[in-house]
Amino acid sequence: MNFLKSAEVPFDKITVKTFPKGPDSLAPGHRACQGCGEVLALRLLLKALGRDFMAVSATGCMEVCTGPYPQSAWEMPWLHVAFENAAAVGSGVDAGNTILRRKGKLPDRRIPVVAIAGDGGTADIGLQALSGALERYHENFIYVCLDNEAYMNTGIQRSSATPFGASTTTSPAGKFSKGQNTWKKNMPAIAAAHNIPYVATASPAFHLDMMNKIRRAAAIPGPAYIHVYAPCPTGWRMRADLSVESSRLAVNSRVFPLYEVIDGQYIINKKVDKPVPVADYLKPQGRFRHLKPEDIEQISERVNHEYEHLVKMSESFAEPRF
Amino acid sequence: MSACIGSSAAGARTFTATSSQGLLLMAEMTFIAPALRLPIVMAVANRAISAPINIWNDHSDVMTIRDCGWIQIFVENGQEATDMSIIAFRIAEDKNVMLPVILNLDGFTLSHFIEPIIFPEQEKVRRYLPAYETTHKLDIAKPISMGLLGAPEVYTEARKATDDALVASKSRIVKAFDEFADIFGRKYNLVETYRAEDAETIIVLMGSIAETAMTAVDEMRDAGQKVGLARLRLWRPFPIEELRAAVKGAKRLAIVDRHISLGFPEGPVATEIRALLFHDQDRPRISNFILGLGGRDVPRDHFKYIVERAEELGDAGRQGHYEMVGVLE
Repeated sequence: MNFLKSAEVPFDKITVKTFPKGPDSLAPGHRACQGCGEVLALRLLLKALGRDFMAVSATGCMEVCTGPYPQSAWEMPWLHVAFENAAAVGSGVDAGNTILRRKGKLPDRRIPVVAIAGDGGTADIGLQALSGALERYHENFIYVCLDNEAYMNTGIQRSSATPFGASTTTSPAGKFSKGQNTWKKNMPAIAAAHNIPYVATASPAFHLDMMNKIRRAAAIPGPAYIHVYAPCPTGWRMRADLSVESSRLAVNSRVFPLYEVIDGQYIINKKVDKPVPVADYLKPQGRFRHLKPEDIEQISERVNHEYEHLVKMSESFAEPRF
Repeated sequence: MSACIGSSAAGARTFTATSSQGLLLMAEMTFIAPALRLPIVMAVANRAISAPINIWNDHSDVMTIRDCGWIQIFVENGQEATDMSIIAFRIAEDKNVMLPVILNLDGFTLSHFIEPIIFPEQEKVRRYLPAYETTHKLDIAKPISMGLLGAPEVYTEARKATDDALVASKSRIVKAFDEFADIFGRKYNLVETYRAEDAETIIVLMGSIAETAMTAVDEMRDAGQKVGLARLRLWRPFPIEELRAAVKGAKRLAIVDRHISLGFPEGPVATEIRALLFHDQDRPRISNFILGLGGRDVPRDHFKYIVERAEELGDAGRQGHYEMVGVLE
């Protein structure tokens, strides 16, 4: 166990000048939809790690679009097993690496194992596997949730990460329904409740911030959880060129705040003192088109309430956890 | 099982154990491990499945994943469980096999009993089972993608390839058994027989009840009955030729299942053997008996009873529906 505070663990920070120039770990030619924000986030995250890591994917969009045999977009060791178990599989890879390292069969250095899943594979079906992997405290384990807020791969069915008011094929808006009638599950808080050293949210519109977060996650010994906003033009019924803009609006409207939880301490990375109206964020997305002004007002209130709660969390000092 | 798949994919020797509901919970992953050709070894302490909830012995857990693609071995006693746990790695990690192995041992009857065994010496084990090295793994220096999507154009071929590998593993299993005998002096066969050479009725079964059955066979032989026993040690890949040789010449088979295939008139062991022998000339009459479910005791009398019934039913030409032995009505 490392007794350095996690926030003080050094890592090679990416700036505009030091942006990695090497080839991507995720090759072009994959089958993602036009304008996919998820694959953009994934490519940049992996670029931050270079080629010195192993990846595990859950079944889902990213797995299907990157690996139709005999083709594979993965330039590094990659393993896909099933839908609900990316965390368990990743923890197994880390356990295997650890024992091989102990026996001198692998070089004596840490190899990050990145488990990647969507919101369904994380917040719904994969939650138990994730909780177990975080609790077992795998030293080199990074879990990335690419959250496009529904089961997009199977046809836009709602998940527990689908936001209130969003119309999906299983929460369709209509005469008797406003779309999704529950509030989005707070996955980063659930991850942080496992007392792991590092939890973060990230957005492809703030790509340097996002890339540095996975670098930090890899540097800190212990499990890490990164929740990534992953716009899906197809599932959100949004213009394909709006993925990055939508990601930016999500942060600037406080809908998807950027923050870290390091050793239990909440840190807001981008304070949003003058938020853009939530309506501006919702408007370009067809999944919210049915919402009435009072619905948007209700969502707005909730968004601001959650943001203020986050601010309070960041202002309260967390006891060092040693 | 998910973590085991990860660990084995990383290139580490991997073992796990499970039972009953735990096996059913991981059923999805058990189909993936052999397709990825990962040499995991798993001990399954065979126990009944819910409902009603029951923790005792039968074979209904592993029969639900019969077609999963693992090599499946059923052991009879503690000595065999010990030896097979070493042999299983030797088979699984054979470069010509590279498939996971399930070691079935009867829950409680074997998993929770103390019996004297000859413990294999460390030095001999090292000689028989060298350290595991593989190139079939996640390796940063030589990256591969494991678990790609198989569209209709390749899925059929992938499944066929897994089946071909499983069927081809039989000769390597025999080799592993033979080499174990050379080093440790204990010889195992794919199918074991007991007083079966001139038997007119042969009991066919799997697992630890074979020991009781052998005692019953001795008693029936003493009474002048021409009765023998055949025990399947290997269940997958199915030892077709070995089973055929073991029951050759018998007039009747009394096949024991410890699993009920709800809605079908036979258990899986009987169904498979009947199908295999169907086109043989002079094939034996087959009767199927289901017993020992959920830890129900299987005394010697059960075997005497099923031999008697197999003779009555077989000679009357009646075959085709299992008989539940010891059921209270």
